[in-house]
Amino acid sequence: MSTLTAPNVDAPSATPSGAPYGLMAEFRTPAEIMDAAKRVHAAGYRYWDCHVPFPVHGLDKAMGVQRTILPVLVFGAGATGALVGFCLQAFTNAASFSIWALVWVTGYPFLISGKPLMSVPAWIPVIFELTVLVAALATAGLMLLMNDLPRLSHPLLANNRFRRASDDRFFVVIEARDPKFLRSKTEAFLKSLGPSHVEVVEDR
Amino acid sequence: MHHSSATKGFVETDNTELPIGGRAPLVLNMHRFGEVTHQVCRVAESKPPLAWYVAFVICLGMLGFLGICVTYLFFTGVGVWGLNNPVMWAYDITNFVFWVGIGHAGTLISAILFLFRQKWRTGINRFAEAMTIFAVICAGLFPGIHVGRVWLAYWLFPLPNSMDMWPQFRSPLLWDVFAVGTYFTVSLVFWYIGMVPDLATLRDRAKGKFQQFAYGLAAIGWRGSMRHWHRYEVAYLLLAALATPLVLSVHSVVSFDFAVSQVPGWHTTIFPPYFVAGAIFSGFAMVVSLAVPARELFGLKDLITLRHLDNMNKIILLTGCMVGYAYSMEFFIAWYSGAMYEKFAFVNRAFGQYWWAYWIMVSCNVITPQLFWFKKVRTSVPLMFILSIFVNVGMWFERFVIIVTSLANDFLPTSWDQFVPTWVDIGTMVGAFGLFGALFLLFCRYLPMIAIAEVKAVMPEANPHAHAHGAHAHHGGPQEGHGGHGVPSGAMPAFRDPRSSEGQP
Repeated sequence: MSTLTAPNVDAPSATPSGAPYGLMAEFRTPAEIMDAAKRVHAAGYRYWDCHVPFPVHGLDKAMGVQRTILPVLVFGAGATGALVGFCLQAFTNAASFSIWALVWVTGYPFLISGKPLMSVPAWIPVIFELTVLVAALATAGLMLLMNDLPRLSHPLLANNRFRRASDDRFFVVIEARDPKFLRSKTEAFLKSLGPSHVEVVEDR
Repeated sequence: MHHSSATKGFVETDNTELPIGGRAPLVLNMHRFGEVTHQVCRVAESKPPLAWYVAFVICLGMLGFLGICVTYLFFTGVGVWGLNNPVMWAYDITNFVFWVGIGHAGTLISAILFLFRQKWRTGINRFAEAMTIFAVICAGLFPGIHVGRVWLAYWLFPLPNSMDMWPQFRSPLLWDVFAVGTYFTVSLVFWYIGMVPDLATLRDRAKGKFQQFAYGLAAIGWRGSMRHWHRYEVAYLLLAALATPLVLSVHSVVSFDFAVSQVPGWHTTIFPPYFVAGAIFSGFAMVVSLAVPARELFGLKDLITLRHLDNMNKIILLTGCMVGYAYSMEFFIAWYSGAMYEKFAFVNRAFGQYWWAYWIMVSCNVITPQLFWFKKVRTSVPLMFILSIFVNVGMWFERFVIIVTSLANDFLPTSWDQFVPTWVDIGTMVGAFGLFGALFLLFCRYLPMIAIAEVKAVMPEANPHAHAHGAHAHHGGPQEGHGGHGVPSGAMPAFRDPRSSEGQP
């Protein structure tokens, strides 16, 4: 909105449509946000979140966040990396057939240092490195994907007060699309949690 | 203990003593999260001190010289180096191994200390990781330029080609390509993912349009959502768990370049653990060499405290002892093996034509770290800086001794020769330090040098179950404790800061 806001490179030029993104309550300490989160969770809201400058220990549990399945997916990625590592070496160093990988490529049965063609022990280092490489890239990529990142704009990032969410303030945001959201009632509810400030976040 | 904001971060406080019944504070003179944000961000937001410009110009000069040396090499050939037959590897691979080793401390701090729940790592992990990345860039330079026909360097990778030629996967040199490539990629991802929340902090504080755009782009829309943090923390743990065996594998694979060969002095089974210990040893020395001036210049003494430096010096002492053990065990095995070439290789190392290099190595790597048994030395900033430089020098010579002495005098005395470096050898080595320094200075200037979010999370004030801090408890009275919430013992439930009564303004 003003020049002070975070960059918003793909924001539409239209003015706020009137319907807000949600309501935002500001807290000053981890203990306060912990307490507030428990009560918002207990009140049965579904589309809401806490925005904190660092991961507050136990806050995800208090919010009722289910444990992510990321580790399972990463295991799958690691196993894929290992398989790719094995097949790559077996094909390029121990096979003589051709496969189509965008172009036709042919394996080459390397006989070297008296080792058998399928010399798996000598292939372990590359198998290991590719396991780690694929697993690590999957970890970072899937984490961002599941978090709906990267994102170049977000209604919250256009809010001036929200900029302290990366500094020293703790925010509870209840979105307007929540079935239980009712502006006056939700605002009163947020105020009952003892925040230092409550305000409407415009959608834009 | 109460400093005005002008001296804040510039005054040395000894926090190496453990307070009775408590934990030593990791963050000094600060009780509010905003203070930490400001202390770190102001480095990137304000003009750097004069020393920064001086150092940057020097580093750029060295980098320019690197460019000259490398260009000359490309246009003329590897003959511009002092290589000969039999010494076909010398400064190039010495520098490669040296720089890869430097990188290892960054990963140890960011991954292994994270798995061991060493909370003090938060003060130093960001710039140690940056050091890793820049060191691996320097390391990658040397094998890249030493291949002779650099325009064919892509032959290192298994790329489909019309000649149906493939790399030879049973060679340790190819393992190196995969190990170092993976190491660089994973370190970069780990570093960047760790930095995203802090880039968001810089974005949210940015005043200029360009800064808002650049930091905004780099922060990829991070807004501190706890639902995001949840996956982020799991991802961070997974990356640490992946990087831990990775870092141990990288220098093991580097050591295979030598250990798998038949050359006396190289063909030893002790190499992988010995190389890893040496790598961590040299890397921590480099972290100390960088941390001491950085905290001085940018006023970060409250975040990189004497306790952090003391801990790092203890690790230097430990790994220094391991390196010393490895040196003596090599000698023992050379005698015990009964292999005459092996025996000769080691006696020749200590008393042959390169005796001076060997004894520089031993005095810097074995004797120097022993001084860290004394707490006075471990907590003296000037002394630890000097000793860390000694260790860096010693570790460079270790690689030189292993590589050059073994090659210069191998099986046949008729083919023995001596390696003498040319100005291009020395210029490339010095230039690599310029490349490293320039990248590191740019990092200090524009990126969050300390992991802001992580430091906040280890402050006693971050504990959601602690009593609300004086000034903040303005509403609703005291907070009730939420006991029985399964807080692990590391989560400082009983922390009592002796200074908390006077800390609030």
